[in-house]
Amino acid sequence: MRVSVNTELCQGHNRCYALAPELFDVDDYGTAVVIGDGTVAPDLEDKARLAVANCPEYAITIEDDAS
Amino acid sequence: MTEIDDHIDDHIDDHVDPMSVSYGPVDDWANDLDHADPEYNRRAHEIWHDLREGGCPVARSDRYGGMWAPLTHELIKEVAYDTDHFTSQGVIVNRGRPIAPPPVGPAPPITSDPPFHQIARRLLLPPFSPKRIEAWEDDVRDLCRGLLADMGDLEPGQGVVDAAVQYAQHIPVNVIARMLGFPTTDDEYFRECVHAFLERVNEPVDAREADGPHLDVYLDRQIDEHRANPRDDLTTFLLEAEIDGNKLSHAHVRGSMVLLLIAGIDTTWSAIGSAIWHLASHPDDLERLTAEPELMPFAVEEFLRAYAPVTMARLVKDDVDFHGCPMKADDWVLLPFPAANRDPAFFDDAESFVIDRAENRHAAFGLGIHRCLGSNLARLELRVAIEEFIARFPRFSLDGETRWSVGQIRGPRELPVRIDAVA
Repeated sequence: MRVSVNTELCQGHNRCYALAPELFDVDDYGTAVVIGDGTVAPDLEDKARLAVANCPEYAITIEDDAS
Repeated sequence: MTEIDDHIDDHIDDHVDPMSVSYGPVDDWANDLDHADPEYNRRAHEIWHDLREGGCPVARSDRYGGMWAPLTHELIKEVAYDTDHFTSQGVIVNRGRPIAPPPVGPAPPITSDPPFHQIARRLLLPPFSPKRIEAWEDDVRDLCRGLLADMGDLEPGQGVVDAAVQYAQHIPVNVIARMLGFPTTDDEYFRECVHAFLERVNEPVDAREADGPHLDVYLDRQIDEHRANPRDDLTTFLLEAEIDGNKLSHAHVRGSMVLLLIAGIDTTWSAIGSAIWHLASHPDDLERLTAEPELMPFAVEEFLRAYAPVTMARLVKDDVDFHGCPMKADDWVLLPFPAANRDPAFFDDAESFVIDRAENRHAAFGLGIHRCLGSNLARLELRVAIEEFIARFPRFSLDGETRWSVGQIRGPRELPVRIDAVA
């Protein structure tokens, strides 16, 4: 699994960084960025889904390895 | 009686007929909506529900020179995202229209449109970024503990405190005054400004100006004082900020100070009060939250969803047909994000408070480019205020009548609660 942030859609609500700081960071302007290349360790997959489900702007997407 | 009450009484005494001062009560919420009728905030959840169920996704009114109010998440989001047809130059519905020229508007960046908006907003984002705001946690906690200590010894089952007047209303005003570098002892005056800006909106403009709090005069004094004695606060930060190598105009500096002060006070005060109101009236949720503190991050977001305090507004740029609504240039459009947060088409079980709601894309801080600049501070203040209140008072319940605010910011202004247990 891999997460990515569309920085055009991100408005800095900061929900992903609050819920999954292992996967997301925020810059000085509050815009979310993925940590590393966005690869999600198996034990963090639920947190990744939680981050997606709480983004008010639909700025986070998940790609599954299977695809 | 408070100074604010005196202020109102003085004002009303000058007028023979109160009906000539403000619009009258609403009978028809679909066609004559007035969010500044005190009934609106008292019964907001029921009014939105009834309108949507009754097939009215957009309410309207001839008041304020024309006003519309979309009530579904989908329509509210559409307006919030559409900066081509809707301008932010005015964001507080009132009987006048903004006279400050675009693109800056009276309180940048909330009253600014693209492309200037992004420039003005970028200046202010860093001091309100998550990591910079985290540093305020200890100060907020000390403030909350001090307010709780000031309540003195309370006999469980007997003692009554006003959680709005003695607690919630002091927290955000104190923090934002310190951030701006203003005396925290001016807090009563700042609350009067909030009342004048946000609650007296349905009075005629000239009446409001005649006995208003003249915040511009106060801010000019602060600007002069900070020019003479620069220090590490947001006022000095604004005075030293530059856009393309140029200092900000006086109007821009003062307008941003208005924004930070006004937007930073009764919004979070309302959120804290509403959360306490909920816990005081839902003992199961209070018991669960005290027993399972790990629920707090989810509970905070659910408080924000179910009791979002802030409705914003836009002005229609040019005549436009919005899903069959013939909107005219200069009509107001309310953006009731709190109604979006209770739209059953968007949220499962929208009318219920679900303390551990896992999926919660709430719009309490708005949607689109004007996402609340202070959202990280608001969330911190709300979380710490609730943590500290329930740590001292693990059981409490409503005791007497809650008085709700009037206008676009919804929250308890008087909230008597009986303290049933003291830790």
